[in-house]
Amino acid sequence: MDFSKMNLASITDAPAAVPKPSRRKFLQSSAALGGGLVLGFYLPLRDRLAHAQPAPKAVPPNAFLRIGKDGSVTVQVKHLEFGQGVMTSLPMLVAEELGCDWSKVRSELAPAGAAYAHTMFGMQMTGGSSSVVNSWDQLRTVGAQARTMLVQAAANQWKVKPGDCKVENGTILGPGGKKLGFGAVAEAAAKLPVPEKVTLKPASEFRIIGKPTRRIDAPDKVNGKAKFGLDLTAKDIPNLHVALVLHAPMLGGELKSMNADKLKGLPGITHVVESRNFVAVVGKSYWAAKKGRDAIEAQWAVDPKAPKPDSARLKSEYSQAAARPGKVAKKVGDPALVKTAAKSIVAEYDFPFLAHAAMEPLNCTVSYKGDSAELWVGSQFQTPDQVAAAKALGLAPEKVKLNTMIAGGGFGRRANPASDYIVEACEIAKEVKVPIKVIWTREDDMKGGYYRPAYVHRVEAGVDAAGKIAGWDHHIVGQSIVSGTAFEGFLVKDGIDNTSVEGVADTPYDIPNFQCALTTPTKVVTSLWWRSVGHTHTAFVMETMIDELAHAAKADPVAFRTALLTKHPRVLKTLALAAEKSGWGKPAPKGRARGIAVHESFGSVCAQVAEVSIDNGQIKVHKVVAAIDCGLVVNPLTVEAQVQSAIAYGLSAALHGAITLKDGVVEQSNFHDYPVLRGNEMPVVEVHLAPGGDKPTGVGEPGTPPIAPAVANAVFALTGKRVRSLPMKV
Amino acid sequence: MIRFKVNGEPIQASIDPETPLLWVLRDNLQLTGTKYGCGMALCGACTVHLDGQPIRACATPVSACAGKNVSTIEKIGASAVGKRVQQAWLDADVVQCGYCQSGQIMSAVALLNTNKNPSDADIDAAMSGNICRCGTYNRVKQAIKMAAAPAAAAPAKSAAKKGA
Ligand code: FES
Ligand code: FES
Repeated sequence: MDFSKMNLASITDAPAAVPKPSRRKFLQSSAALGGGLVLGFYLPLRDRLAHAQPAPKAVPPNAFLRIGKDGSVTVQVKHLEFGQGVMTSLPMLVAEELGCDWSKVRSELAPAGAAYAHTMFGMQMTGGSSSVVNSWDQLRTVGAQARTMLVQAAANQWKVKPGDCKVENGTILGPGGKKLGFGAVAEAAAKLPVPEKVTLKPASEFRIIGKPTRRIDAPDKVNGKAKFGLDLTAKDIPNLHVALVLHAPMLGGELKSMNADKLKGLPGITHVVESRNFVAVVGKSYWAAKKGRDAIEAQWAVDPKAPKPDSARLKSEYSQAAARPGKVAKKVGDPALVKTAAKSIVAEYDFPFLAHAAMEPLNCTVSYKGDSAELWVGSQFQTPDQVAAAKALGLAPEKVKLNTMIAGGGFGRRANPASDYIVEACEIAKEVKVPIKVIWTREDDMKGGYYRPAYVHRVEAGVDAAGKIAGWDHHIVGQSIVSGTAFEGFLVKDGIDNTSVEGVADTPYDIPNFQCALTTPTKVVTSLWWRSVGHTHTAFVMETMIDELAHAAKADPVAFRTALLTKHPRVLKTLALAAEKSGWGKPAPKGRARGIAVHESFGSVCAQVAEVSIDNGQIKVHKVVAAIDCGLVVNPLTVEAQVQSAIAYGLSAALHGAITLKDGVVEQSNFHDYPVLRGNEMPVVEVHLAPGGDKPTGVGEPGTPPIAPAVANAVFALTGKRVRSLPMKV
Repeated sequence: MIRFKVNGEPIQASIDPETPLLWVLRDNLQLTGTKYGCGMALCGACTVHLDGQPIRACATPVSACAGKNVSTIEKIGASAVGKRVQQAWLDADVVQCGYCQSGQIMSAVALLNTNKNPSDADIDAAMSGNICRCGTYNRVKQAIKMAAAPAAAAPAKSAAKKGA
């Protein structure tokens, strides 16, 4: 934005028609970069996908990579950028093989498109800490194919053999000191066939992968230029209006009647839309629409037969269910042998509902033109969201263009199989026929009804006289995240939702007599995955109970775990590294104690040692030493940032997070009653890499599960009391 | 009619005087670098400077700006401290999703304008009103120290250390 040329002289509530904007400038920036002549590639999806989603017949150009005449390299990023760094790490994969000058690399978020499907899941989506993992072969192949074509084009021009040329930093070097920049041959290269077979570099030759690389998207995020979904204005989309939505105060409420009389005389309001479960007020600005929305008087009704979910009641029902047998998800040996243990422990744990509370409240912009539509949204689920939007608008999916906007966090909330806020935005847009940006206020977002479910665990475990685990009988009670969604068939097997038991049923600990059972009560609260999904609660129970058994066996918690992990060298190595770097076994600074936890998730292992004190009844986490084995490290700076981030997110929930329901009404609304971790509570987090393997594994989530149990184990070391309920209280 | 300045440019606004400054910046002036996070002065995403003082634009009616100058993230780089802070943010690779970062930077600049060499406690006190859900707090602190003493603090290569 050229601020100096803006006419700021006067603003009014009902502005006259805005001067014709320089149309959708930010959306066209990519075209400008290439100077109009670009090298386009479409590279077919890998075979694994073939059955899930056939590659489109009409090949869209420029699927992943464009090289401009100026030598600029623009990578289309198929995943959502919402903090985890894909706008940097994915281009690194391409650039490694391409051999370009890193300073010329730009990245853009790809719109919804079949070419951008996740290579393991068959649809375009971001989740499961898998963005780099699923792109690893695909994007390096893109880079290698492009390099081959560029070299071929140069060789053709020089009339030499491609084998006599090499690539260095965006330049092709030929015999006799010949030189051509990528930009100079881009156009010719684009006309060549895409090579079917390319050989990828061995790791020993990597120059970009593995190198600490600062984020490509950072400059625009420190000067206010970066455009999030919420930042779209009438300069980007002419005649853009703002919609605020009034929802029922209780989950599942439906509109009975409403009165909009008080809207009369309020400036800037253009439309009011009534629907089954909301009233939308559309206006020229947020403030106009907000005042209008707040002036609506509405009566809501819930089906009298429907349950009115209540946290306290659910907890007591879950607790009763936990004492009865559940459906067995995993059984080893004879778990009943726990009854013979020399020392046994019966413990019940409870976990509240959690809101994602991403920094950017939910929003979705829709321009509906009758026979087609365009959406702008920070979506983790481009494919399902595009389909849901099309359905809501009564259009074929190919008539709906979904532009992916960078998002201010998400943590799972923007990956909703129900596409809730997107469908809502489409319903409003279809009605009002002007482009609208639907904004959920923080309160709407907090009360918006999709939470990490509440759970109760009951564990009976014990050690024999020799200090060995005699048996472990574990029962988890909680709603299924995926039941009733399109994911049910994929993630629920034999009545067991894997996301409810992951982290317990597949524990790496060698426990000879072990059982994990599950009870899945009927879904009464809409729920969703939340950074690290089932591991958010399973790691807590496993890692605090293991610690408890170590103490029962009078063993050191690290030594006790080590003896149970002999078949899992990665877990062992990572645990040992965290222990070593934290000074485990040496006295902690005065007034502090250490707790340790290790957990495997998303293909990676993370171990953490938390150094904790308690002051005036407040838990203070001073320092966390983390070790992570996430396979081959693509960008060490990102891995460090993501582990710090995952720890902050998990610690926030462990110390503060709880959504409670009373008679179907969510009691929290904003950061005063749903507090989150602030800077003064953030421990110093030291991240140690324990690399291994020849390909990357997950990074965004594996740091979250271990933090709560590590802190709880430190709290035990300080107080002698076990934490069995989150958020923690002392 | 409310007269004030935004980044030095004069503005005359004939609007509801209760309109929060945040929405005047974002909707009327299309300066969307200042973010909405809570609307209740709880998160700091909307931090701007009013005559040099950090304020929460979401809880400041535009009428309170009469006769004053509002500085926003879009022009904070024009000041020496602002420029240093932005550079430190890049050197320390602070941002993740970035949504809170305009507010973090505005708070950091305000801190360094009055305290050239803030301690950890000073930073905690000045910055704890700025929530970051991505948990960039360690690097925010590091960047503030780098901006305070650009010569002394080395930019982050990777603080992550190679272990076993
Ligand atoms: S939006 Fe102003 S403090 Fe949160
Ligand atoms: S960087 Fe995402 S909220 Fe701070």
